[in-house]
Amino acid sequence: MMQAQLAQVPAGSAAPLLAVRDVSVVFGGIVALNGVSFDMHQGQILGLIGPNGAGKTTLFNCLSRLYQPSAGDILMDGESILKRPPHRIAEIGIGRTFQNVALFANLSVLDNVRVGTHARTNSDIVSDSLRLPWVRRGEANLNKHVHEILGYLDLEDVAHVTVSGLPFGTQKRVELARALAADPKILLLDEPAGGLNHEEVYVLGDLIRKIRDERKMTVLLVEHHMGLVMSIADHVVALNFGKKLAEGTPAQVQSDPAVIKAYLGSKDQ
Amino acid sequence: MSTVQEVVTEAPAIEAVPKKAMTLGYGTSLAVLALLILVPLFVKNFIIFQLTMLLIYALAVMALNILTGGSGQFSLGQSAFYAVGAYTSAILMEHGNINYALTLPVSGIVCFGFGYLFGKPALRLSGVYLALATFALATAMPQLLKLGVFEPWTGGVQGLVVTKPDAPSFVSSIWSVFSGRAMSQDMWLYYFTLAVSIGIYVASVNLLRSRSGRAFMAIRDNEIAASAMGVDVALYKTLAFGVSAGITGVAGALGAIAVQFVAPDSYTITLAISLFLGMVVGGVGWLPGSIVGSAFIIFVPNIAEGISKGLSGAVFGILLFVVIFLVPHGARQVAVIAQQLIGKLRKS
Repeated sequence: MMQAQLAQVPAGSAAPLLAVRDVSVVFGGIVALNGVSFDMHQGQILGLIGPNGAGKTTLFNCLSRLYQPSAGDILMDGESILKRPPHRIAEIGIGRTFQNVALFANLSVLDNVRVGTHARTNSDIVSDSLRLPWVRRGEANLNKHVHEILGYLDLEDVAHVTVSGLPFGTQKRVELARALAADPKILLLDEPAGGLNHEEVYVLGDLIRKIRDERKMTVLLVEHHMGLVMSIADHVVALNFGKKLAEGTPAQVQSDPAVIKAYLGSKDQ
Repeated sequence: MSTVQEVVTEAPAIEAVPKKAMTLGYGTSLAVLALLILVPLFVKNFIIFQLTMLLIYALAVMALNILTGGSGQFSLGQSAFYAVGAYTSAILMEHGNINYALTLPVSGIVCFGFGYLFGKPALRLSGVYLALATFALATAMPQLLKLGVFEPWTGGVQGLVVTKPDAPSFVSSIWSVFSGRAMSQDMWLYYFTLAVSIGIYVASVNLLRSRSGRAFMAIRDNEIAASAMGVDVALYKTLAFGVSAGITGVAGALGAIAVQFVAPDSYTITLAISLFLGMVVGGVGWLPGSIVGSAFIIFVPNIAEGISKGLSGAVFGILLFVVIFLVPHGARQVAVIAQQLIGKLRKS
């Protein structure tokens, strides 16, 4: 299925969009990540898998700059992102969702998605207080953009509802909308299938693929749900105990003896 | 409507409002405005003075509301910003002979700077710890104002007497054409304060509805997610402190002009706690509630005294308790209930 498409994007031919280079993270005496390297190419859906405690979330948090690697580097378009503070990651085109949904609970769906555009817009408190003409124009453009995304993810009906009152599945979609609002180049999804039922997971899989194809994004998918990863990822990286265990197409990784032993074998998936 | 209901019945620690519910509709706004414009025409000067104080405290309560309801930061130190604003204005008027109206923006800017700088170290603190740090600021301020070094300007313990401004001659002459009397200083100051308050209220509403306001509220709800969206959490937290302090400073300056006097002991922690009380009674995060909160802190102590002179404090406490018990979300909850009742009446 997706492997056919992957063949058109041969790994290693072009410069990678995102390069993880020998990243290590140490907490106290515990090595959470140990020299992990992999590349992400434009348009790929990369699945990052591994059993609990394998270091998936640690790596994810390095990408969103919540953790500082003790060694190694992460390059976006050839430039290190490690000197950037967390709030300056969005502006270079890295958007993310959170494992347990981290929405702005008291804001409406509309406002949550509007905040998603923060990194792509400008303002200052004086102009905002006076609602100067350029602020009004900016807000008008912003609204058009935000409503387009709400329409895209079928959220128009709940646009004015406070997010804390929405069902979990809808909240997850709002989070996705918020991440899309900044038009990121790379979308980091932290366990998007968590808490969804069987059917919802496959709807989500189709949605992720649709977003990648239509909105020209590159997706990093950190996921427990093997079925989802194997059905939509072009490339899979398997971690265990902070080390890279295997890397390749879903089929390759799935048949890798080390992976079977560490993960698949023990988890009768 | 339904969104307001949800928030009210939900009761999170810092109850927050979706932006739509943060303000009044046009109709209600106009009605309140008409009331604020008309009432002083029919009452005595002393009441006009009290109404002026109502507006001034409403500004200060609203400033705290922007900080707490908007950006989720607590402050028990608003009296310090109020004091700095009052003294800045008083010193400029009495030592610098500067027009009272011109001292207001200066007080606002000075307090913005003060609040912004205070917000920097306060960034490391949150919740109750931040409340404690601001509490320290409030306790320190009266003593700082008494310091001998500043005495040539501040007047030390004695404080400074401020001249109450007259109405400008053109306003006064227009007024006398209609009423046949000269416009009293109290009345002029009331309308002056009203104009300033409306300006600041509109600007605050604009601010909270803008990209900056959304950044404040995003931080209030989830700092990590806000940061991932590109919101510079440290910057916006200090900006919220600055804005809040700036508005409080303008309120302090207006207060100094209205009371005609500044002294260190007018700006103790009691004032800060009153403002905090006003915010809670008005409804945290609901800007129009500020005026209700302000009315509560100005008039309810008097009512309590009317009920029992010796036990006025206890009576005030009981009244406060009743309010918090019946409508924990303050004036906003009352507004929501009223809205529902009107809705029902219309249907039937």
